[in-house]
Amino acid sequence: MAKKEVNLVVSMFGFFEINLSAVYALWVRDIIRFYRSKSRIIGTLATPLLFMVFMGFGFSGSDVFLGNVSLDYKIFLVPGILGMTILFNSTFAGISVLLDKEFGFFKEVMIAPVSRISIVLGRIAGGTTITIFQSSLILFLSTLLWFKIGSLFGFILSLAYMFLMSVTFISIGLAFASRMKDMHGFNLIMNLFIFPLFFLSGALFPLNRLPEPIKIISYINPLTYGVDGLRASLTGFSEFSIMTSFGATLFFALIAVFVGAYFFEKSEYL
Amino acid sequence: MDSIYVKDLVKKFGGFTAVDSVSFSVHEGEIFGLLGPNGAGKTTIINILTTILKPTSGFVKVAGIDIKNRPEVRRNIGIVFQDPALDNKLTGRENLDFHARMYGLDKKSRSSRIKEVLELVELTEKADVVVEKYSGGMKRRLEIARGLLQKPKVLFLDEPTLGLDVQTRRKIWHYIEDLRKEENITILLTTHYIEEADYLCDRVAIINEGKIIAVEKPSKIREMVGGEIISVKIDGKAKPFKDELIKNGLAKEINERNGLLDITVEKGETKLPLIIKKADKLGLNIDYVSFRKPSLEDAFLKLTGRKISDEFNNIGKKGS
Ligand SMILES: Nc1ncnc2c1ncn2[C@@H]1O[C@H](COP(=O)(O)OP(=O)(O)OP(=O)(O)O)[C@@H](O)[C@H]1O
Ligand SMILES: [Mg+2]
Repeated sequence: MAKKEVNLVVSMFGFFEINLSAVYALWVRDIIRFYRSKSRIIGTLATPLLFMVFMGFGFSGSDVFLGNVSLDYKIFLVPGILGMTILFNSTFAGISVLLDKEFGFFKEVMIAPVSRISIVLGRIAGGTTITIFQSSLILFLSTLLWFKIGSLFGFILSLAYMFLMSVTFISIGLAFASRMKDMHGFNLIMNLFIFPLFFLSGALFPLNRLPEPIKIISYINPLTYGVDGLRASLTGFSEFSIMTSFGATLFFALIAVFVGAYFFEKSEYL
Repeated sequence: MDSIYVKDLVKKFGGFTAVDSVSFSVHEGEIFGLLGPNGAGKTTIINILTTILKPTSGFVKVAGIDIKNRPEVRRNIGIVFQDPALDNKLTGRENLDFHARMYGLDKKSRSSRIKEVLELVELTEKADVVVEKYSGGMKRRLEIARGLLQKPKVLFLDEPTLGLDVQTRRKIWHYIEDLRKEENITILLTTHYIEEADYLCDRVAIINEGKIIAVEKPSKIREMVGGEIISVKIDGKAKPFKDELIKNGLAKEINERNGLLDITVEKGETKLPLIIKKADKLGLNIDYVSFRKPSLEDAFLKLTGRKISDEFNNIGKKGS
């Protein structure tokens, strides 16, 4: 054992402990991997950009109604596209633990003398940083096209939403990964989970277009509140009050972290 | 003091017993080998000793700590897994840095330890190259370096040289030897290369189908086979030749493998001319003769009736 050892361990209520240096190590690793893979940066930006550009121009000039206010579809769409970027990238970031399993690195992580919750938090730290970076980039590109951010405060608030939303979906991705053996199930999750959440979130069209029974699903969909919150903070128009959307987004993030950590704790080593 | 203590260890996968009531102990500072063919249970034993798998039953202490105390055991061991476990997108140094942080080393010991272990495995020059661009041997060396980073009391090496060429294999043997000199460490390694066990290990446990057959010094195991081995290749029928040798007490035992006759004899130096003469008398041509002290391979064959691996080769043979 090395003589000098830092004990950057935070004990939470005596229940579990967090090894900060492990969280940091995992975070750094994710960042390095991200900036080394140019194709991943471009690949993950391409889909939301294409959606934004073509749907934006395609429906340009048509108005959508939020409650009884009307809004240009192009403006309505941008926060939805941010939501899409966050949903897809974060869920994938969580599930990508399975790639580590495939390439053997998972063992190196799991055998280290650190708590599992530290590993979960390290993953979340890396994934949220990357997701926030990417969605900010999309937001920036949208301002070059047609979008105008309402206020500085609104922008900062939108970052908070981005953060909470990525925490939610990374954790859900981790929970999925804990129950899966390899990436083969990813397509299934894409079709049965990610796409339905996306379409039923109000990202592409307002919820009032949906039939009543399906609306219920929208109301328990974490993405709904995230997208609405982003829309509120960036454009000033929204379905729910900021209090509602922020409260719900925070609530879902906390629940998701606990669920993700729980499943990860229970998962097999190899 | 024993650095590793294993008592009546059993591991079952469903109905299949992969490790069958295994007991052994490893002294502090010793290099101990688990030698056995594919599927013998070597990796399973390592996985249990390193807290990756839970045993079905039995008692195990590593570095003086009961393996039920997972975190404490982990803080005191280093592991090189059988399958590669590196992040290929990171450089060698970044892989080491990641590991050092996971093990809680502070800034100063991180940089000094990383420098030391890189030097040990001669990767200093390649440290800032992404692992993707490493050769198989370089990757293996990096993993060994990584296993040492936290100055473990016990180092586990699961097939450290599997699939590497002869030169790289020898290099790795030298690192492991250096290690023993420089760091106060106990090493448990698995291998199915007899020569590796022979060269590196103070003692080896020969393991087959989940059971330990013998735990001995390599030289002792060779002695168990007794005498020397004369391998001959004859042109013609082996059967009458074999019978004749046994009948006359020239040979203790004869095994056939790869078209060779392995003749176990006492005082080989005097028997060899007699054996050749015998062949002459029977009208057999001898195409090839070799004379050697028994290897662990011979011992394994004798103890289990089974060859240790088909890829057996003579690399690094000492004193042959
Ligand atoms: N998770 C598992 N589930 C079921 N059977 C297993 C599992 N792991 C190992 N086994 C079986 O246990 C036996 C021992 O496997 P192990 O990997 O320990 O062998 P080994 O000696 O390391 O072999 P090798 O030289 O090929 O690495 C094998 O028959 C293997 O099929
Ligand atoms: Mg093995």
